[in-house]
Amino acid sequence: MSTTKPTQKSYLYFPGCSLRATGKAYEESMLELFQRLEVPLEELDDWNCCGATSYMAIDEDSAFMLSARNLSLAHQAGGGRDLLAPCAACYLVLRKTQDYAQKYPSIGREVADSLKTAHLPAMNSVKVRHPLEMLYNDVGVEKLRGKVARHWHGGHIACYYGCQTVRPYSEVDKAYNPTRMDELLRAVGIPTVDYSLKTKCCGGSLTGTIHDVGIRLNYVLLKEAVRKGAQAIVTICPLCQFNLDTYQSEISKQTKEHFDIPVFYLTQLLGWAVGGDVDKLGLQRGVSGRKAIKDWMMSHEGVESYV
Amino acid sequence: MKFQREAVPEWPHQVKALPGCERIFSCIQCGTCSGTCPLSIYMDFTPRRIMSLLREGFRNEALSSETIWLCASCYACTAHCPQDIHITDVMYSLKREAIKNNLYPKRFPIPVLAREFYAIVKSRGRNWETLLVLRMALRSNPFILLGMVKSGWHLLRTGRLGFSGEKIRNPKELQREITIPKEAV
Repeated sequence: MSTTKPTQKSYLYFPGCSLRATGKAYEESMLELFQRLEVPLEELDDWNCCGATSYMAIDEDSAFMLSARNLSLAHQAGGGRDLLAPCAACYLVLRKTQDYAQKYPSIGREVADSLKTAHLPAMNSVKVRHPLEMLYNDVGVEKLRGKVARHWHGGHIACYYGCQTVRPYSEVDKAYNPTRMDELLRAVGIPTVDYSLKTKCCGGSLTGTIHDVGIRLNYVLLKEAVRKGAQAIVTICPLCQFNLDTYQSEISKQTKEHFDIPVFYLTQLLGWAVGGDVDKLGLQRGVSGRKAIKDWMMSHEGVESYV
Repeated sequence: MKFQREAVPEWPHQVKALPGCERIFSCIQCGTCSGTCPLSIYMDFTPRRIMSLLREGFRNEALSSETIWLCASCYACTAHCPQDIHITDVMYSLKREAIKNNLYPKRFPIPVLAREFYAIVKSRGRNWETLLVLRMALRSNPFILLGMVKSGWHLLRTGRLGFSGEKIRNPKELQREITIPKEAV
């Protein structure tokens, strides 16, 4: 793997609605990590919501048009830059729109017409990418290893990839058995466990709609992680993080089993390992496992240098 | 028991014409979708049975099933289907048709959530999670808010509750874009 990159590529960044509310820690830690890695990032100006799964369920055409506007704005922003979408739903919907507009001429035409009505330029080809895949391919395991500034003394981690980031319009990783998150974390010295449910769905918004079923799904995920020896879970989706993190006390009460483990974003762990400012990683925003987060990541302030 | 006379034979062909649903007749009823679906054990019909109902034209059963609302769109079935059927897209088509025909089970707030989400994004350009949850609760069952007090407090404490929703600069432009009249196909 080559470690010499002439000039650092810059990226457009599509936060999505969750990263501005419940998933704030994802955005904070990602910005901090990318700053440490010296990767320039520019937020897509005036982006709109991707529509997630709800729009698809009501009106497919509108769903595609919402994404088309974002893709058009990204094209307009220029530089042939790739668009980074950290949220699983945003990533999937943006890529699905491109896929369908290409595969079905009728959809492609409709999308083009609607953009014209709104006086927006055509969406053309913008590459939509996920931070995990970008960190793996563009930054690379070796570079990350070289940047390590802190020594991990916390527990083992279960890497939970979730559903929409790895399927089916995705280039993030293998759909069946993704391993890139494990590779990245191990490279910075954080041990991971073999987690068999890594792509089983957390239910997404089901925790808010059909609550009991949503809770049950997350219970299974937590229980399996703990059974495999994990003392924390790491995710790359704001909804997975939200579900696994905020419902632990309720799950514990319902099942009479005790769950209180931290649920991180990948960018928080990597950002911490490469020496990111502990206050800028959104670590205080975790609901569960707050003691572990403090012990592992926030207390040893005179952090030992690795090299 | 199902009788052939209850079926709508032309319905599966209408569905087949929708984007993503082309391959519904290639289903071999292997059950891979049901096996891989994390929610199939909570469904009234497993995804495999929905495919079967759909192909035989049992429209009413398929559209009023709980299954299509339990589907969380995780795409596991689509990724695993040996016949390359986009089952998630089929589920989406069924959801859309069910909403249009008012056939969904009334005790599920999912269509309500979808509608409120749709309305918020249409008027603001971005979703506002706090408002969405409030509006969904008011339209379906306000008592679920009581159960949310604790998680709401946690979110508030950790600064994750959004009090002022974001907007795009010109939501009107977006509304124009997504509501163009469709030309006759």
